[in-house]
Amino acid sequence: MALLQNLRLFLPESILSATVLVLFIADFFTTKQKKAPLFFGLSLIGLLAALGAAYVSRSMPAASLFTGMVAFDAAGTFFKVLFSLSAIVIIFFSSGSREMERVDIPSYCILLLTLTLGMMLLATSTNLLMLYLSLEMVSISSYILSGFLKGIRRSSEAALKYVIYGGVASGIMAYGFSLLYGLSGTLSMSEMFVYFSTHATDKSVLFVGLVLSLAGFGYKIAAFPFHMWAPDVYEGAPTPVAAFFSVGPKAAGFAALIRFFLTALAIKSPDQFGDLKLAGWPELITLLAIVTMTFGNFAALYQTNLKRLLAYSSIAHAGYLLMGFAALNQEAIQAVFFYLIVYFVMNLGAFLVVIMILNQRGVEDLEGYNGIGRRGGQGAYLAVMMAVFLFSLTGLPPFAGFAGKLYLFTAVIKAKMFGLAIVGVLNSVVSLYYYIRVVKVMFFVDPPDQNPFRFSGLSHPVLVSGLAALTLAMGLFWDPLVRIVRESAVMLF
Amino acid sequence: MQHALSLMTFIPLVGALIIPFLPKEKPNWARWVALAATLPPLFIAFKIFALFDRSAASFQFVEGPYSWIPAFHIQYYMGIDGISVSMVLLTALISTICIIASWGIQKSVRGYFALFLLLDAGMMGVFCALDWFLFYVFWEVMLLPMYFLIGIWGGPRREYAAIKFFLYTLLGSVLMLLVMIAFYFYSDGNSFNLVTLANQAGHLGPLTHPNFRLVCWLGLFICFAVKIPAFPFHTWLPDAHVEAPTAISVILAGVLLKMGIYGILRINYTLLPEATVYFAQMMAVIGVINIIYGALCAMAQTDFKKLIAYSSISHMGFCLLGMSSFTPEGINGAVLQMFNHGTITAQLFLLVGVVYDRAHHRDLNKFGGLATTQPQYAVMTAIAFFAAMGLPGLSGFISEALSFLGGFKVWRFYTILSASGVVLTAGYMLWTFQKVFLGPVNEKYKGMPDISGREMLTLVPLVILVVVLGVYPKPALDLVGASLSALSQGMQSYLPSSWVAGL
Repeated sequence: MALLQNLRLFLPESILSATVLVLFIADFFTTKQKKAPLFFGLSLIGLLAALGAAYVSRSMPAASLFTGMVAFDAAGTFFKVLFSLSAIVIIFFSSGSREMERVDIPSYCILLLTLTLGMMLLATSTNLLMLYLSLEMVSISSYILSGFLKGIRRSSEAALKYVIYGGVASGIMAYGFSLLYGLSGTLSMSEMFVYFSTHATDKSVLFVGLVLSLAGFGYKIAAFPFHMWAPDVYEGAPTPVAAFFSVGPKAAGFAALIRFFLTALAIKSPDQFGDLKLAGWPELITLLAIVTMTFGNFAALYQTNLKRLLAYSSIAHAGYLLMGFAALNQEAIQAVFFYLIVYFVMNLGAFLVVIMILNQRGVEDLEGYNGIGRRGGQGAYLAVMMAVFLFSLTGLPPFAGFAGKLYLFTAVIKAKMFGLAIVGVLNSVVSLYYYIRVVKVMFFVDPPDQNPFRFSGLSHPVLVSGLAALTLAMGLFWDPLVRIVRESAVMLF
Repeated sequence: MQHALSLMTFIPLVGALIIPFLPKEKPNWARWVALAATLPPLFIAFKIFALFDRSAASFQFVEGPYSWIPAFHIQYYMGIDGISVSMVLLTALISTICIIASWGIQKSVRGYFALFLLLDAGMMGVFCALDWFLFYVFWEVMLLPMYFLIGIWGGPRREYAAIKFFLYTLLGSVLMLLVMIAFYFYSDGNSFNLVTLANQAGHLGPLTHPNFRLVCWLGLFICFAVKIPAFPFHTWLPDAHVEAPTAISVILAGVLLKMGIYGILRINYTLLPEATVYFAQMMAVIGVINIIYGALCAMAQTDFKKLIAYSSISHMGFCLLGMSSFTPEGINGAVLQMFNHGTITAQLFLLVGVVYDRAHHRDLNKFGGLATTQPQYAVMTAIAFFAAMGLPGLSGFISEALSFLGGFKVWRFYTILSASGVVLTAGYMLWTFQKVFLGPVNEKYKGMPDISGREMLTLVPLVILVVVLGVYPKPALDLVGASLSALSQGMQSYLPSSWVAGL
């Protein structure tokens, strides 16, 4: 395919790259006072353009770009739309956040955009080298962003921890890739599939290679035992960044993981593992899912810092999503896509409430939430919104989280993994306990003082209401979403 | 009546959405809106009572099935038959009574009534839904307001009681969720429609495997047993009752507990009949344990409300015993017991509320001689106590007798054993009456005002029902009869031949 044709299908990524360059140049020509609104505005324009380009290209036929490095298909478009939308939301989160007053806005915006670009590439890579490079692009942007609160120790600590864990995990992954390359003689996923399906290979080496590769993916999605960075990074990073980490790179990790397994190994149901099945591969993933969600939920029970609590909750959600990866049938992939949409909305909503309370009251400990629902002003409203997000994260109807869980469990039950399903639902019960603890202190405990809670600015209240409305609407009428994910996931099968 | 059931379900919901926008300085507005939102359902309930076809066993007032989430074949499908009609009427009545009983709530009035109406909508929906998914949504939606109503307006240990209630019920309902999904996948046509799922021939795959069906049955049973509450899942109930405000206790005992029995009859009996027969003895044994253990626990209580809570556990045991016999008498007795227990315990909790409002404690040993100082209160309590004891002439007698009658045909030993529960009930009820109302007058409560007009208004309709249905139970039995005979008939073919011969 001609290069120009390739570029046409690569438009969202190109727009983001161009925006990054524009921001670089604009940084030289602006004075310090004007920077924040200008740079947030420019990033917003870039992201909106990328979103538009991705959306417009949704019905174009699938293609392989740049000699098989990157795929263009419905699944990729789905993730591009999802990532640009979440980046837009994060820009709004950041622009009203008090934490952002001390950071260098131009470089912050540039890093957000490179992170988004990296996620888009990660979700569409069809070559292991490309996959590794985009993973590094996501990681390096993340390292810097998590240490962005200059002069605050825990922020620097978070960045350092992130670098160390990230470096080790991606090193292990690269080793795994090298084994796969050694076996098949190619880095392209589709060629690898051709090789594996036509040649007899040493299955034990293949198994080791896959397990090692899993380390890199596991680290991006924060699955046990590669989750250790998450709580510290979420706590130390600026809250809008933590919010982005909790959804964006996690989704990108899942996108890459699914694409890798479906393309390189063409495993479309647990029955197709063949020799890998004998080696215990499905059991390994099932175990990974169980341990990840159980660990995340139980560790969250003891958290008193809201950001740490949400970090462990995001580990638990990675476990739920891994259930879909363990079932690995068509419903399961759709369910993972569906759950990611729902998770974006409800988790970003919960983080936004954390940001708003941090702005207003300067606290992120559970104690600081005492009686917010009982203060005057808009406290009750905000507490109700938080309750909506947390109940949705628990998976209670009529909120979106329930629809997501239902979809995942249907996939798991269809694959006849009843034990996994039971562990999954029991985990939801455990998770209720810590989510509801937040609701409890907001409503049941008397506030320490009677200062009314007032919203500052307009963008956050509007956004929080919108996210809550979406959480409810997607819990009541999720038919359109099902159609979207069915169209998007079909390309992988 | 077009859309009678939807109106009954969603009018309270509309009220719940209006109340938060009322001015905070005018708490009375919220109270009146709440009353206005529960009166139309009550009115519709009367019309349903009048129009319900007593000779038909099929679903009536059916709405739908309308497509709701086509991708998953989820439908909006409502309808009632003899199993649910009495519960719908009960819910409408108890909700209105509870709004009146909550008139004195002072803390966050708008929040209280909005949540209350949300709860009302959820309860009504559970009894009307014929789509399992819809049923599940209503079932869970009910938990949220209940959690807040206990947790914010409850007694000193309210937080513990509220979370315990929530966790227990959620644990049960997630198991139901899994079984529901299994039915969705492994049945012909992939749907949540409870009517088509009852078609045994449509079950496929693992669902045709006997052991898998037994496991599914157990999952559903645990879910409903938590609600009943059946031993050993009952421990949340005393806590929740003791901490909940009066009106919420009334709702909890009057309506919520019935959902367990209702769910078993509606889902376990129709979807998994042969597993139901397999576990019938277990249900009967649990029923007996509930009756006797509940009564013994009640006897040991010094807290008035806890006593009533344990008596509820005991009384719900009669339902389990009656329905596990599969005889028409037994099932009729169980359903009637659900209704009668609803009216009787509602009275009991309202009466506890009356004395608690005045004395601010519920310790049975600290009263005495209230009959002399508060004669009207004593009379009302006496009626409720006698009804709870199952005295002939009051409604409790009829349903207990029917349950025993049905139970005796099949579970002779268990029924004889549980008859002792009646004696125990008489024991703790009479002792309580003696401690509180008879004996020397406690000087402290001499000036305590007697029952007020508003309180009387909440009690009188229930008393009338208890007396009328005690003397002339035909209206209630006719209402539920046709569907229940059909249910009993349907179960006969799954019973072992020796069992049928004994009937």
